[in-house]
Amino acid sequence: MNASLGLLQVMKEIRRSRSIMVSGGILVFVAALAVIGPFVSPHSYLTTDFDGRFIGPTLSNFHLFGTDDLGRDLFVRSLLGGRITLLVAIVASIVSLVIGVAYGAVAGYVGGRIDAVMMRAVDALYALPFIFLVILLMVVFERNFLLIFVAIGAINWLDMARIVRGQTISLKQREFIDAAKIIGVPAWRIIFRHITPNLLGVVVVYVTLTIPQAVLVESFLSFLGLGIQEPQTSLGALVNGGVSQMEQAPYLLLIPALLLAAILLCFNFLGDGLRDVLDPRQESA
Amino acid sequence: MLRFTLLRLLWAIPTLLLVIVLAFLMVHAAPGGPFDAERALPPEIEANIARAYHLDEPLPQQFARYLNGILRGDLGPSYRYRDYSVSELIGKAIPVSLKLGVLAMALAVIVGISVGTLAALRQNSVLDRLTMGFAMTGISIPVFVVAPLLVLFFAVQLRWLPASWGGSTSGWRFLLPVVALALPQIAYIARLTRASMIEVLGSDFIRTARAQGLGTITMVRYHAMKPAMLPVLSYMGPAIAAILTGSVVVEEIFGIPGVGQFFIRGALNRDYTLVLGIVIFYAALVILLNLIVDVLYGFLDPRIRHR
Repeated sequence: MNASLGLLQVMKEIRRSRSIMVSGGILVFVAALAVIGPFVSPHSYLTTDFDGRFIGPTLSNFHLFGTDDLGRDLFVRSLLGGRITLLVAIVASIVSLVIGVAYGAVAGYVGGRIDAVMMRAVDALYALPFIFLVILLMVVFERNFLLIFVAIGAINWLDMARIVRGQTISLKQREFIDAAKIIGVPAWRIIFRHITPNLLGVVVVYVTLTIPQAVLVESFLSFLGLGIQEPQTSLGALVNGGVSQMEQAPYLLLIPALLLAAILLCFNFLGDGLRDVLDPRQESA
Repeated sequence: MLRFTLLRLLWAIPTLLLVIVLAFLMVHAAPGGPFDAERALPPEIEANIARAYHLDEPLPQQFARYLNGILRGDLGPSYRYRDYSVSELIGKAIPVSLKLGVLAMALAVIVGISVGTLAALRQNSVLDRLTMGFAMTGISIPVFVVAPLLVLFFAVQLRWLPASWGGSTSGWRFLLPVVALALPQIAYIARLTRASMIEVLGSDFIRTARAQGLGTITMVRYHAMKPAMLPVLSYMGPAIAAILTGSVVVEEIFGIPGVGQFFIRGALNRDYTLVLGIVIFYAALVILLNLIVDVLYGFLDPRIRHR
């Protein structure tokens, strides 16, 4: 984080950035809709209606996005799917945040040989095709929510660990850390009470960039039928359902696909924008 | 250089071993047996099946047997495709998957680098903004969204191209899968190329080359291209992994009988040995290709080699 910028200035920069305001605004709107929408709509995500199958998007009877092959309302299902997709992504990102910050801060603060070994381990893990191990995990064990959170979170902590380590190494040379050491604060307390809070800016940027990756993994798993299971749904599962109905009812594919694309696009723009404001040294690639 | 290569190779082996151990343990920690059916089998038959697949042996012995098999290219029998070994199934599926992957990779590299270079040469022009907007979209939208949308427009609505693999035998059936697989990578490579090309074009030796009166094409071709390609080259490892992941989806959507389709079918049928075998196969492939990229990088960038 740019140390010369105070909190007020950061807020001002954020308000001036068009990509942050627009993409952030859209995301807040979608999230609010996903949370509130299913309560407001007259339809339930579960109710099937044999006579009302494949109704195209219409205002009548409030089937805004139409109905699917079982006559379920796609509007409610999309919002519910969006809600679960966002929930999984955010919780998974918090998992990766906790692992990454703890790992990176410890490696950076302790330094020396332990740091070298810990970072070589990260290098080695980088080469692993984690996604396939996660698929294996999903095949072998019952597909429950908790496992999905942990598995997705466990993929994405490597970048976070590297960045946090770099920041910790530069922080550890500052005077206030020396002061803490002199008055005898134990190392773990320095790491978690004095170093971690100062990592906030960088961490915020990388969490916003981790969330779309988690969304991707979750919807990928659900698309393959290995993630969220019926009657619950997620955007990936809805896209998968839409693929099989594509010839008869293209809107069943188009609406969830565009919604998912919009969410991913907004998160990427938001992350890029925040990076420009909070962490100007990192170039966008 | 030799030392560098050997060191990399030395790291690749334990990495692969780690994957094998993790994947093997995961499968064997699974609740219930692989042959649990709706109807309970008599205990004698269950014992026979367990013996036939060596499931009655202690875990270390099973692992040793499995590892020994891998060294000889044998990944064990498939639990669901009776009479087939996992290696046979993978071997049958490799050619089409390989063709798909190589074509997609080639398309991504060629188009991505060209577009990125053009955008860098016309920085901040309309063309640049358009391509970068497109690239951001391409990065954000996953293969499993791009592929069905392409099918919807070009096969279902316009009827220009076959929607599925089985519907045609001409080479055109490769077009949509390859494009779907390559698009996100084109976007990523274009962005990377643009960023590093802009940096290289701003450096002193390019100014010198310009001052000597070199034309743009010659300058890019002989001076700027090589250093600008280093970040792209280091992205090749993740790109390969992404193409591999994407091929699973693309093969499923288009119905292409490749390794990815076996993987998904195995996953949904709980064919543990098949999934385990393909995970190990993919892991070995990713690790090997990463190794090649690393070594190539060492060749191209002397700063890495002499560290």
